[in-house]
Amino acid sequence: MIRQAAAAILSGQRRSLASVARASANHHGYLPNTHSPIVAKPHFFNSVTEDGQQIPTYRVLDGTGKPLDGAELPEVNETLAHKLYENMQLLPTLDNILYNVQRQGKISFYMTSYGEEATIIGSAAALDMEDEVLGQYREMGVLLWRGYTLDKVMAQCFGHSEDLGKGKQMPVHFTAPEHHFHTISSPLGTQIPQAAGVAYALRRTPERRSRSIAACYFGEGAASEGDFHAGLLLASTIPSPALFIVRNNGFAISTPSTEQFYGDGIASRGPGYGIDTIRVDGNDVLAVLAAVKEARRRCLEQGRAVLLEAMTYRVGHHSTSDDSFAYRARSEVEDRKRIDNPITRFRLFMESQGWWNAEREEDLKARLKADVLKAFKRAESMPRCELKELFADVYGGEEPWNIKAQREELKGLLRKYGDSWEPWQTELAKFKNKGRDLLD
Amino acid sequence: MYARSARPLRRAANVLARFNSTTVEPPPAGGHLPSVATSQLLRTTRESALRAPRIKWIDEDSTGPVKPVVGGRETRKMNTYQAVRDAMRYGGESCLNSSGSKKCSIVLLKDDNAVVFGEDVSFGGVFRCTMGLAEEFGRERVFNTPLTEQGIVGFGIGLAAMGHTAIAEIQFADYIYPAFDQLVNEAAKFRYRSGGAYNAGGLTVRTPTMAVGHGGLYHSQSPEGFFMGAAGLKVVIPRSPIQAKGLLLAAIRDPNPVVFMEPKVLYRSAVEQVPIDDFELPLGSAETLVAGADLTVLTWGTPVYHCEAALHMLANPPPSIATHVPSAVRGAKIELIDLRSILPWDVETVTESVKRTGRLVIVHEAGMTAGAGAEIAAEVQKRCFLKLNAPVKRVTGWDTPCGMQYEKFNIPDAIRVLDAMVETLSY
Ligand SMILES: Cc1ncc(C[n+]2csc(CCOP(=O)(O)OP(=O)(O)O)c2C)c(N)n1
Ligand SMILES: [Mg+2]
Repeated sequence: MIRQAAAAILSGQRRSLASVARASANHHGYLPNTHSPIVAKPHFFNSVTEDGQQIPTYRVLDGTGKPLDGAELPEVNETLAHKLYENMQLLPTLDNILYNVQRQGKISFYMTSYGEEATIIGSAAALDMEDEVLGQYREMGVLLWRGYTLDKVMAQCFGHSEDLGKGKQMPVHFTAPEHHFHTISSPLGTQIPQAAGVAYALRRTPERRSRSIAACYFGEGAASEGDFHAGLLLASTIPSPALFIVRNNGFAISTPSTEQFYGDGIASRGPGYGIDTIRVDGNDVLAVLAAVKEARRRCLEQGRAVLLEAMTYRVGHHSTSDDSFAYRARSEVEDRKRIDNPITRFRLFMESQGWWNAEREEDLKARLKADVLKAFKRAESMPRCELKELFADVYGGEEPWNIKAQREELKGLLRKYGDSWEPWQTELAKFKNKGRDLLD
Repeated sequence: MYARSARPLRRAANVLARFNSTTVEPPPAGGHLPSVATSQLLRTTRESALRAPRIKWIDEDSTGPVKPVVGGRETRKMNTYQAVRDAMRYGGESCLNSSGSKKCSIVLLKDDNAVVFGEDVSFGGVFRCTMGLAEEFGRERVFNTPLTEQGIVGFGIGLAAMGHTAIAEIQFADYIYPAFDQLVNEAAKFRYRSGGAYNAGGLTVRTPTMAVGHGGLYHSQSPEGFFMGAAGLKVVIPRSPIQAKGLLLAAIRDPNPVVFMEPKVLYRSAVEQVPIDDFELPLGSAETLVAGADLTVLTWGTPVYHCEAALHMLANPPPSIATHVPSAVRGAKIELIDLRSILPWDVETVTESVKRTGRLVIVHEAGMTAGAGAEIAAEVQKRCFLKLNAPVKRVTGWDTPCGMQYEKFNIPDAIRVLDAMVETLSY
C-alpha cells in the first residue's frame, strides 16, 4: 500500500492519495489490480471515443483561410504571422533548388517537405527554442525556424568542410546541438524511445525541469516500428515531458496509410498508453500552433507525455530516389494541391487581416530565392573535410589500437598510390588539403 | 532510398534504384579496369549460362525424366533484380495442396503456400525486385506490410511454422537489426529448441546489402558477419543474376531459414543471360571463378568484381602504378573464389585451395574486426598452418561506420586488393 501510494505521488496527479485509499477500501471492485467497473453483460469495444466515432480533427482556419465558427484564434500578431509565412515559404524555395541540385548530381540525395509546411513550421513556432527536438528527416523547417542558416543547410547537404557532421551522413541528416536539435538517423523510429529518455533527463535537470520538453517527430509509417510502442510506453510509464508529433502524411514511401494501420490513425494509440492525445489538421498552421502550444503546456504541467497527430499529405515524392507516380495517380496529387495548400490557406488568412498582399508575396519569393541561390553557389565550390576525419569520432577518449592501425594502413596506401592511381587522385582532390593530412 | 543522378525523372524503374550510374569507378584513360558491365565473370551467352557450374534443373514435372541436357532450354537477358524476381515467381516447394496430394504447376507459380511480403513490396519494391508480382499473383500473396522489421520476420516465422513458404523482404540490410531478435533467437533456434518438432525452414529473408558509393552510414552496411554465430540460420550472398536466381531458389526450398543478401549495386549493373527454367545452385558451396596456383583470393558480393579487376592489374599493371608491382609477381597465378554462402561456409573448397596456393587474401566490405573474414582466417590457419607461406591477409572496410564522403577510401577497391596480393606474394 505504501509502495502504491508512493508510486501515486511519483506519477504525480492522476490518482490522488485519497482515491488510492478509497479504492483499497473497496477492494478495487473485486479485481486485483484495476479500477475497472464490473458489468454483467459482455462488452466489446473498438473505439477510443465515447460515441464510437472517429477521433475528431482540430481545425482553426478553413480551406479559404476563414476562422471556423466557434474556433478561437491563437495569439498571432502581424510579426509572428510574417515569420510563420516566411518560414513556410522558405521550405519550398529550398526544396525546389535542392531537388534540382540533386538532379544535377551535385548532391547525392534530398527529401522535400512539400505539403507539410504548416505541420512543421506551426509546431516549430509553438515550441520553445530550447525544447529538445528529435526529428525523423522531414523536419528541416524546425531548424530554419530556430535560425539555422542557409549556409548550414547547404553545408550538410553538400557534406562540405563546414558541415558539423563532417559529411558523414547523407543529405538532410542534420545535427545542431546549438539549436537543441538531435542528429537525424536513417533507421526509422529509433528517436522515439530516445525522446522518452531525453525528456526524463530534462525532468531531472532542475533548471530545465519546468521549462523544456522533448519534441519528437516521426511519420505515420515509422509509428509502426516497435520503437514507437516502446517509446510511448516508457514516456508514459516513467513519466516524462515528451511531445510526440506524428506527421500523418498518407504515405510511407509507396505504402498508403490505409495499409499501414487498420485502427483510427495513430491518435487512437495514445489513450492505450494513458497519454493525452489530439488530432489536428496539419495543413492549418494556426491549428497546429495552438494544439502544440497546449500539448506542450500539458507536458510541462503534468510532467507527462502527449501525442499529437497532424493530418497532412506528402505532396512531393518520398525522396529523390522515388517517383511516386509509380504508385499514385498524378491527378491525386494535383487534386490535393488544388483543394488544400497549407501555404495558400494561411496567406488568405493574412490577406483577410490586411497583413499581406501580392506585392509583398513577390518580394518575399524573390528575396528567398536569391538567398537560397547565394548559399547554394557558396557551397558548390567548398571542399569536403580533411580525409583524416574518416577515422575521427568513432570513439571518444583514447582511440583503440585497431582504429590507429587502420589509419596508418590507409596512410601507407595513400603514400604509395595517392599521387599515381587516377581514381584515388580524383577522389582526393575533393577533400580539404587534397588528402595531404594523411598523405604526408 | 537514395540515388545520385543528373538525369531527369523518367521511369520509376529508372529512378528508384539508380545506384549503378556512379558506383562503378569510371574506367581510367587506359581502359584496363574491367567494370562490372564488362566483367569476364558474367555469363552473357546462352551456352555459358546453361553451363553454370553445379546448376541443378528443377523440372516442372518432378515425376518425369530429369533433363540434365542443355538443349531445348532458353535463357533471357536479365539484370540481378529481374533474376531475383524471376526466382520468386518460381520459389517455394511444398507442392502439396490442402488434400495432401501433389499439385505442381509452377513457385509463386508452383507453390500456393508461397507468399512474398515486406515494406513497399506491392508496387515492386524500392529496387524493383517484386515488380508485377502483386498484379500477377494477387495481393493476398504479394503484399505490403506495415513498417516493422521485427514484425515482418516474426510474421514470416509464423507462416513457416505452419509449413508455408515465406519470402520476406527487409528494405535494406542496414534495417535488419530490429529483426535481429526474431532472426537470432527465434528463426535460428526454432528447430533446436523443439527437438526438431518445429522449424522455420520455410522462411527466406531477402535484403539489399553492401555499399554503392554514396549511401553513408545506413545504406552501405554488410551485416553478414553479425549472423555468423547464429547457428541454425544460413546466410547467402549472390554475385550475379544467374547466381541470384539459382541461389535464391535453393534458399527458398532449403529446410532452414535463410538470410539472402543481394548486393544492391549489382541490381542493375550486373547483366547475364539467365536460364528461364527453374534451377538451383547449391548452398554452402563456394565457386572457384578463376583457377590459380600461387595465391587464393576469397570474396563475395560486390568485391568479386574489384578482385577480378585487381587480378588484371596484377598481370598487367597500368604504367602509373607499375613500380609497385614487381615483375616477379606479375606472372603469379591467382585463384579467385566466390564464397557465396557465408554461413555455413565452404571450408573444403577454401582450404583445398589454400593448401595448394599457400596464400590467402580475404576481401569483404564489412569492417575488419569480427567480420566474416576473421572466422575464415582462424579456421584456415588451423587447417593449413604448415602450408601457409604468408599470413592470411584481410582487405576490408575499416572499423568505422561508413561515412558518406569518405566511402571511396573505406570500402575496399581494386587497388587495395592489388596491394594486398603484391604484399602477400612477396612476403
Ligand atoms: C528501420 C527502417 N526501415 C526502413 C527504412 C526505409 N524507409 C525510409 S523512409 C521510409 C518511409 C517512412 O514513412 P513515414 O514514417 O510515414 O515518413 P514520411 O516519409 O512519410 O515522412 C522507409 C520505409 C528505414 N529508413 N528504417
Ligand atoms: Mg508518412
